Amino acid sequence: MAEVLVYVDHVDGAVRKPTLELLTLARRVGEPVAVALGNGAGDTAAALAEHGAVKVLTHEAAEYADYLVVPKVDALQAAVAAVSPAAVLVPSSAEGKEIAARLALRLGSGVITDAVDLEAGDEGPVATQSVFAAAFTTKSRVSKGTPVITVKPNSAAVEAAPAAGAVEALSVTFSAAATGTKVTSRTPRESTGRPELTEAAIVVSGGRGVNGAENFAIIEALADSLGAAVGASRAAVDAGWYPHTNQVGQTGKSVSPQLYIASGISGAIQHRAGMQTSKTIVAINKDAEAPIFELVDYGVVGDLFDVVPQLTEEVKTRKG
Amino acid sequence: MSLRIVVTVKYVPDATGDRHFADDLTVDRDDVDGLLSELDEYAVEQALQISENSDDDVEVTVLTVGPEDAKDALRKALSMGADKAIHVEDDDLHGTDAIGTSLVLAKAVEKAGYDLVVSGMASTDGTMGVVPALLAERLGVPQVTLLSEVSVEGGVVKGRRDGDSATEQLEASLPAVVSVTDQSGEARYPSFKGIMAAKKKPVQSWDLSDLDIDEDEVGLENAYTVVESAAERPARTAGTIVKDEGEGGKQLAEFLAGQKFI
Ligand SMILES: Cc1cc2nc3c(=O)[nH]c(=O)nc-3n(C[C@H](O)[C@H](O)[C@@H](O)COP(=O)(O)OP(=O)(O)OC[C@H]3O[C@@H](n4cnc5c(N)ncnc54)[C@H](O)[C@@H]3O)c2cc1C
Ligand SMILES: Cc1cc2nc3c(=O)[nH]c(=O)nc-3n(C[C@H](O)[C@H](O)[C@H](O)COP(=O)(O)OP(=O)(O)OC[C@H]3O[C@@H](n4cnc5c(N)ncnc54)[C@H](O)[C@@H]3O)c2cc1C
Repeated sequence: MAEVLVYVDHVDGAVRKPTLELLTLARRVGEPVAVALGNGAGDTAAALAEHGAVKVLTHEAAEYADYLVVPKVDALQAAVAAVSPAAVLVPSSAEGKEIAARLALRLGSGVITDAVDLEAGDEGPVATQSVFAAAFTTKSRVSKGTPVITVKPNSAAVEAAPAAGAVEALSVTFSAAATGTKVTSRTPRESTGRPELTEAAIVVSGGRGVNGAENFAIIEALADSLGAAVGASRAAVDAGWYPHTNQVGQTGKSVSPQLYIASGISGAIQHRAGMQTSKTIVAINKDAEAPIFELVDYGVVGDLFDVVPQLTEEVKTRKG
Repeated sequence: MSLRIVVTVKYVPDATGDRHFADDLTVDRDDVDGLLSELDEYAVEQALQISENSDDDVEVTVLTVGPEDAKDALRKALSMGADKAIHVEDDDLHGTDAIGTSLVLAKAVEKAGYDLVVSGMASTDGTMGVVPALLAERLGVPQVTLLSEVSVEGGVVKGRRDGDSATEQLEASLPAVVSVTDQSGEARYPSFKGIMAAKKKPVQSWDLSDLDIDEDEVGLENAYTVVESAAERPARTAGTIVKDEGEGGKQLAEFLAGQKFI
């Protein structure tokens, strides 16, 4: 069976969930071979093997952290040369898309970004994309070279599928371009203890209607009662009420949880672009005409300062 | 010293319009008004600020690859304050994918001459967010992308990249390709004076032969990707909407419990 390369997104050896999802999709197209780079690369092997990686190619070097993007492209290119895969899958983070694009160009291949599903086809993998703020669903494939495809988080279920996961050292020679963009400092984001926004099963978001940074506490309280991540509209972020890293939408994070709860958000097209593929959508808004209500499975027309705390209390009571 | 900045700007269908696909599965441009991609306004703004903050002689050129109407996007950028514009236009470009677009942009940037390329973080139609990285790869220069803050001094570009797990400070020598996010600072509105002045600014038109690009390197037929189908997402079935009369939160909890979320 043909091999499929899966680029591993990990933090010091801890594999992030979207990579495990990719392994599920990769198995539909071939045998997953994972590529883990940088500090802790070797520590990823157990988790990857448990989810279907037949092989884990690893390479640790300071360059991956010290320079932007290109060292990772060099390594993936070396992995493609070593394996001749049927496709290369990369998680759709901002960096993942840049890596995928440069790799595709070097391979003389096409690139598809933000796939939300993947299946085997007669002429190679077929990717489903959700475009124009999720108004259309397209099916595309790469017609030249080795398909390079980035996949959005929450596009597949994580499935255990134990495989050998044999660790092999990848040999990488860095290109002259690798050291072009220096990372002169890095400040890790402090963990809030809440689930990662793009990976969460439930997202609770607040918008301009929340009306102040201090009021986000009621959004957070609802999120915590449900074990959810907190999101925000750009209006709330621009007002300085919540960090930009929590922004949901076209220029923020794109989320696709099982449940999305929007409070005090009108539902502008740019916001929809980032949440419209959520499985169940709920909104609380005092304006019955707000466009967000066109999307909802359940909507409450009301003041979020009444509805949200009552909901939080009820969730807590029901959960005991 | 002089600094030549080329800003890449895309002409896109208005996102608030009814965007859809034509029969050949490319974007239907006839039914929806086009405009300068809003995210490229941030690129123009940062180029103008770099120019204003520089002691050097700075020239800001805006560049687009697109159909005849794409001139509108150039006019907008010129009215914001860019010095001149280049329009790459050729019937054979219809349906070009990201790999092909980056080829055309790279050749045009090289022909124009540049020290710095400034792009938007993503277009508002394809939204791939890959063209700046592709351009850097093609031009063989550093990519300093997704910056929420950017500065240029003494032949070095510096910027801040707010990533998923960390904020990074980046640095590279010119020439380089930069892309900026919508966190980089509000884009200015064209003034009346700017709009009048834009009418007199030069707009050059180049076609594929001007760029030594063969017609079989671009276009729908020669794309590296094929769209096999495009289907309008079925309208969501109308949801239940209740008015809060004191029990709204409890009713919502009941719904969530029914869906097994609680
Ligand atoms: C819905 C949709 C889905 C698509 N999916 C794919 C796909 O999966 N694979 C693929 O190869 N192509 C795809 N395309 C085509 C691709 O989007 C365009 O060909 C192309 O212009 C580059 O990608 P982008 O618009 O997403 O640009 P991005 O990479 O998002 O753009 C980033 C920046 O690059 C600059 N830029 C981009 N295009 C131009 C231009 N024409 N002129 C000047 N500057 C420009 C701008 O500064 C812009 O802000 C898709 C197009 C659409 C409309
Ligand atoms: C290029 C570009 C990119 C963008 N990217 C994004 C993006 O990534 N994400 C994003 O979100 N936006 C984005 N935007 C902005 C977007 O267009 C909207 O401006 C934004 O989403 C509005 O945020 P909002 O819904 O919170 O605010 P508003 O539109 O002001 O809506 C507030 C809502 O709260 C309701 N409300 C007020 N008080 C209460 C109350 N007490 N109880 C209940 N409801 C109440 C009101 O009825 C209203 O519907 C982008 C815009 C552009 C041009």
